[in-house]
This record gives sequence, structure tokens and C-alpha cells, in this order.
Amino acid sequence: MIEIRFHGRGGQGAVLASEILARAAIMEGANASAFPFFGVERKGSPVTAFCRIDDRPIRLHTGIYEPDHVVVLDQALIQLTDVLTGLKDDGTVLVNSPHDPEDLGLSTDCKIDTVDATSIALERRLGSKSSPIVNTAILGGFARQCEFVPIKAILDSIRYMAPIKKEENAKAALEAYNRWRE
Amino acid sequence: MKRLAMNGDQAIALSWKQIDPDVVASYPITPQTIIVETYAEYVANGEVKTEYVCSESEHSSMSMCIGASAAGARSATATASAGLAYMWEMLYIAASMRLPVVMTVANRALSGPINIHCDHSDSMGARDSGWIQIYAENVQEAYDNSIMSFRIAENMDVRLPVMNCLDGFIVTHAIESMAPLEDDVVKKFIGDYEAIHPLLDVKSPHSHGPFDMPEYYYEHKYGQQMAMENALDVIRKVSEEYAEISGRKYDFIECYRCEDADYVAISIGSTAGTMKQVVDDLREEGHMVGSIKLRLFRPFPFEDVAKMLNGRKGVAVLDRAMSFGASAPLFADVRSATFDNDSRSPTFSYIYGLGGRDVGVEDLKRVYYDMENGTAETVNYLGVKL
Repeated sequence: MIEIRFHGRGGQGAVLASEILARAAIMEGANASAFPFFGVERKGSPVTAFCRIDDRPIRLHTGIYEPDHVVVLDQALIQLTDVLTGLKDDGTVLVNSPHDPEDLGLSTDCKIDTVDATSIALERRLGSKSSPIVNTAILGGFARQCEFVPIKAILDSIRYMAPIKKEENAKAALEAYNRWRE
Repeated sequence: MKRLAMNGDQAIALSWKQIDPDVVASYPITPQTIIVETYAEYVANGEVKTEYVCSESEHSSMSMCIGASAAGARSATATASAGLAYMWEMLYIAASMRLPVVMTVANRALSGPINIHCDHSDSMGARDSGWIQIYAENVQEAYDNSIMSFRIAENMDVRLPVMNCLDGFIVTHAIESMAPLEDDVVKKFIGDYEAIHPLLDVKSPHSHGPFDMPEYYYEHKYGQQMAMENALDVIRKVSEEYAEISGRKYDFIECYRCEDADYVAISIGSTAGTMKQVVDDLREEGHMVGSIKLRLFRPFPFEDVAKMLNGRKGVAVLDRAMSFGASAPLFADVRSATFDNDSRSPTFSYIYGLGGRDVGVEDLKRVYYDMENGTAETVNYLGVKL
């Protein structure tokens, strides 16, 4: 079983990102579940969302405490919460940031990557200038980083689940996928 | 059968769409809101013929369902927590008028302090209202239970309202893989609604819900009890028929690796899913443990529970609700069910997960360890911070 934890803020789309990923995995024939933990339901407040993917039916109905992968939609959350809590030794971290991974101040031996989802979201006019919706762009990056859910399945799910600007959201994901910095 | 990705609320709305009840009257409340939002879209898009009423309160929603049902309409609604509490008076009226209203409850803690997350205090509080109560572990089961609920409620030997419960957020808001039935299969399974003395039949006028004097009230209550007892056979039969069209077989209780288990835990809802993982993990370490999921809480399947819990070294009963000053609801009934067993098992109450407190695999392992080590108390508060 692969367990992914998303850290975001209310309004950035972390919950929808987890759902798009789960749906993509299900459409590829796997089993998956995605569910949120809402703190206070307010724009800007920290949100955690979870996604599990497995060949077998998923029976666990509990939070993810030892994720294989962590996805951070807002770089500033690194200072607020310990996004690395419980991350497995061979896990990965993906952060929405214009900076290089080594400049994030994360102390871990795990593989860290960054993707500038904010710039992509702004270019595609997803959300507003002050609060861009970065979930689809970062999913494109995640598809590239982890390569266990094909980008095509993610794009299909984005087109199915994005409430508005379906094609722009899909393009944002594809750009993040193609602009990947090794 | 095609598989879809959807959350528990969407799955309930989909089941209603396939059933297309005559009347849906509801008031939105977290974590049920997605159900009525999704259903309102179906109505707006012309995908269903339902008369959809966005009521001004839950008391009104239930009153409208009662009125519609008495008038001869198949009616459904959904609520949670404070919304269910606000319906209280009308819950008893729906049941005593023997109206087959179907209601989904997205289980959520009751205030106060105000809390939007899952526990079973709302529906457990309504356990004596005369409603049948079925609980789901996951999205698939919530969908399946919703469809079966209509058949159970409308059976002429039952004619009682049914509460179809699923865990708030944990199932209502969880996207999972599920396989719905085809629309025509659902329609055929549900069949046409058969009204009894409908109010709108002006050629044969009847009164519904009039004043009841002491000469009759008691007999009406006895009638409700007989209907509940009949419901056991009906639910089993409906479940068997449902297995034929879906390939998914449900029973009152679902036993997981219980055959040779010394220690058994019994739980309701989504936790029963996590419990299967806990049992697998502990079995690998050599522990002789099993888990029971209780799907039907009212009527309570006394015989099945008693039989499965006979002669165990320990039985843990997990309640996601409390009865202040007395035994938690499931514990009370399980203990009562097993009291006359020839080999009565030591039985322990575990309160857990109140107000959405997450319960992980390690937390639940402790329940079995406690019983094995002889450290389980009669009443235990799993994970409470003192």
C-alpha cells in the first residue's frame, strides 16, 4: 500500500488533489481512498488530506501517520507544521516552491523535490493572484516524481473533477510534469 | 460491473437518483450536505422526477416526509447530529404511524462543545425511536444499504422507517472505489411503491395519526415491536435478494477471522474496516483474535451476537458514543445478548473516537493486548488524555 499525505491551506485545493489522485488510481484499476481532515473550515487555515493506493481493497479508515510520500502545497507550512512527521525512510517530499530543494530548510535524508506550482497556476489564471489554486499543478509534479499513477490518468481525473477551467487545470498539471527539474 | 470513484454522500445521492423517490425534503447539515446538494443537482437537471423541498428546518423535513408518506409518496431525507436531534419529536411519529420513510444519517457528534466530526451519539440517541438502524463500513456498503433500506421499510410485514447510517467525514467525505448497480436493476429491485390507505385517496378517506387514548396506545406500541421483530426475517431475505443482483452478501453481523479466535472485538461502522487490518497484523504475530462488525443495530440481532460470542476468552465492545452514568449503547446490548450463553465470555466496554478522535491501528491493537494481559477494565476509555 502506498500512503500519501497532502499539506495545504484551505482554498488551495489539497483535498481535491487527494481526490483526483485517488480517482486516477481507481480508473487505472487499483484500489484507492482519499479523505480530508478538516480543522477549522476556513480559507487559509492548514488542511491535511490523505490518499491510499493499493492492489487490494482498502479497509483502513484512519489518518496516515507514516506516509510514503508527502506533498506540500504551501512552502510556508514547513515553518508551521512538521510536514515530515512519520515520513518513511525511503519516502519522498514534494514542495510547491520556486527554490531548490536544499534551500527549503528541511532536514531529512528523504528525496526532496520542488515544483513551482504557484507560477504555473498564476500563468493559467487558476484562482486569484493573491490566492492561486495550485493543486492541479502540483499533482502534475507528483506524477513525475513518483511515477506510479500515469500522468494521463491524472489529467483525465482533473478534467472530470475540476469544478471550473477543466482544460486550464489539466494544462497546469501537464506543464508541471514537463518542466520537471531533475 | 463498472467501478467509480465517489464519496459516501455522493453514493447515497446516486442511490436515491436510481430509486427516484416521490418526495425528498431536507435541510443541509455537515457532513450530510453533499447528499442534498448532489440530489438538488439531479432535480435541477431533470434527471429525477422527485418533488424536492428545501425545508426551513429538520423538524419540518421530517414532518414533510411524514405527510408525504401518509399521502402515499415514497419519501427520503438525510441529516446529522443537531439536525437529527431537532427531528426528535417527529422521529417517533414517523415510526408510530408506521411510515416507511428512509433517512440517511451522516453520523456526527452532538453538541456541546460543538463539533462537526464523527461519532455515533446522534443515531444512538435515537435508538429507541422505533426506527430500524443499519450502519455502513465504507462507501460501497452505504450505497448498498441505502437501496436495501427502501425494500425493508416498505415490506408489508415491517412498514417502519429506516435510518441508514454512515460515519461522518470518514465515509461521507472519503473517495473510494465502488461499483453501483445499473439503474434498471435498482428500479426492478425496489419495485413500485405501495401506499396503505393514502390520504390522497379521496374515494376512501382515512385518518392518519389521530389522538390515542390509553385503551389503544399500548397496543400500537406492541404493534411496533412486532414489526421490529418481523424486520429480522425481512432484512435477511432482502439481503439475500440483493446478493443475487449485486454479488455482495450482507448479514446482520460480519465476522472476520472469528472461527478460532480467543479474543473478539465488536464494533460498528468504519472502525470495523480498520479492525480487519488490526486482526491481520495481530494474527501474523500469533495472536488468536477476531473482529465482528455489527451492521444492524435496531432491531438488535440478539441470537447472532450471542452465538458468535459464546465461549470466548474475552470480548471487547467498541462504542463511539456514551450513555452518561450507564453502559454505552452497544455494550449494554451485547452484554444483554450474551447473558444467557452457556459459556459466558468476559466482556469489556471500550469507548473510543468521540467527536472524530482518530483511532489508529496501534490504538485498536491495545484493545486485544489489554484482554490478553488481563489489564482490560470493565469500562475503558481508549485514547482519552487525562
